[in-house]
Amino acid sequence: MPSFPRILLGLFCLLVAILLLAPTLVVIPMSFNENKSLAFPPVGFSWQWYENFFSNPDWTTSFVNSLIVATIVAVLATVLGTLAAFGVTRAAARTGGLLRALLITPMVVPGVVLAIGIYAVYLDAHLVGTVTGFVLAHTMLAIPFVLIAVQASLEVFDRRLETAAASLGAGRLTVFRTVTLPLILPGLLSGALFAFITSFDEVIVALFITSPYLKTLPVQIYASITRDADPTVAAVGTLLFLATSLIIIAGLLIGMRRGRT
Amino acid sequence: MTATHDDGTTARARGEGPGTPGFLSRLMPRGAVWLAAPAVLVLVAVLAYPLAIVVWRSVSDPALGVDNYVWFFRSAVNRTVLLRTFTVSAWVTLACLVCAYPYAYAMTIVGRNLRLVLILCVLVPFWLSGVVRTLAWVILLQDSGVINSILRGIGLPPVKLIRTLPGVVIGMTQVLLPFMILPIYAVMKGIDNRLLQAARSLGAKPWKAFLQIYVPLSLPGVYAGAIIVFILSLGFYITPALLGGPRSILLSSLVQNQVLSLLNWGRGGAMGVVLLVATFLLLAIAAPLMRQKHSAARREA
Repeated sequence: MPSFPRILLGLFCLLVAILLLAPTLVVIPMSFNENKSLAFPPVGFSWQWYENFFSNPDWTTSFVNSLIVATIVAVLATVLGTLAAFGVTRAAARTGGLLRALLITPMVVPGVVLAIGIYAVYLDAHLVGTVTGFVLAHTMLAIPFVLIAVQASLEVFDRRLETAAASLGAGRLTVFRTVTLPLILPGLLSGALFAFITSFDEVIVALFITSPYLKTLPVQIYASITRDADPTVAAVGTLLFLATSLIIIAGLLIGMRRGRT
Repeated sequence: MTATHDDGTTARARGEGPGTPGFLSRLMPRGAVWLAAPAVLVLVAVLAYPLAIVVWRSVSDPALGVDNYVWFFRSAVNRTVLLRTFTVSAWVTLACLVCAYPYAYAMTIVGRNLRLVLILCVLVPFWLSGVVRTLAWVILLQDSGVINSILRGIGLPPVKLIRTLPGVVIGMTQVLLPFMILPIYAVMKGIDNRLLQAARSLGAKPWKAFLQIYVPLSLPGVYAGAIIVFILSLGFYITPALLGGPRSILLSSLVQNQVLSLLNWGRGGAMGVVLLVATFLLLAIAAPLMRQKHSAARREA
């Protein structure tokens, strides 16, 4: 029988778990509202806001823009971040540490300060409202996540495996392709996923460098929340919630299966 | 040419094994560091250069000098907002810590399946778009929102939550909570529970063993989580902008307003620099604290 403090701890954690998850769930009933309103409680049942999301060009183009930008960012940040992770891990300890600290600064710089700086630079360079502009800024923000993920797998990576392969006559590229890459692949893939999500969700810098011709989904959501009470945002929120949950559950299950074998 | 030359030396240096002194192994790190060059280049172009522009404009727009900073610190409104930003960050950090510490501890002592559920509850909000989670809080807190309709349902008077400071603190706490739980859990996971058993077997009461052995060992995670949450709170923009009102405005919104609405880059820049300096000062103070504690914990463990 569990002791009294344990029961208390369990109850408290239940409350925290509810606090973590439950508030977000409120977008689900709102997304089926019949009225064009975000007032609670929702009335009736309708799919119209989902239809609107998939047919209204404001929403579809911003969604496609986000997908394009996030995909390019995922590729670019994964390549650059992985290279950097090799640099950090295989450099002398002090240089590597300094380099790492430098490369993860985007995580701590206040978003708005960064946003006004990038906005100023982009105004001069004519990058406001361009895919290049979004990709550059988001890649910078995503590199730290790739670096951390890949570095974690490099640190447990036994470099004698590379030496062994090389001593058996494999060229440098062959060693990388057949030994190093497969072993760091989990870290690399989770880094790519982090990079994708970072770009897909980024809103502060995006709000500054957006233009009427190029909006990303978070910008469109933000604008919709501030402008009107359109339940389409609730529909988008529901879809994003489901997608995020599925990805994480899949990730946890894969991790669990690997841990078992 | 140089690249292939470098490759040859690194391969041989590796063959000699770690710790081999001499010319070849000293060449190796220099080669590896260059792999980070493209990432550093991106960082310079879209981080260092833009921040330098912000700093430069703060002291040069409209005229060279520190006028913008004098204006910032002379204005009572700005000082109030600055103080409010720090106060809100402190409250959010405290609230996150109170929620996160027991939760992270529970994550380390439950069975595997329950642990997966607890982790899921942290990771979903951690990775879900911040705008979406803020939208949820708008729906909950607004005058015609969930909380007020429940209050009305049980015959209580409605409370004003949206566009108030408590509303902002509640929303920010929920959005930032995963950033506190994850570092604390990461450290707690590594604590050897046999230390607690040892303390108890030597006659310590459970709560005393917990306070004297477990809590000090978990402090590096607490420091890391607290500093991350505090820093993110200082620069938080979306949640306070959507949940706050004119009387709960935070520094980030003020910066945005100066630059986008008033087109005053000098004053906006000065505010931004104040925010930036505060952030890095905090980091500089906290970093050695975290490191020192961390190594101490490792030694004890």
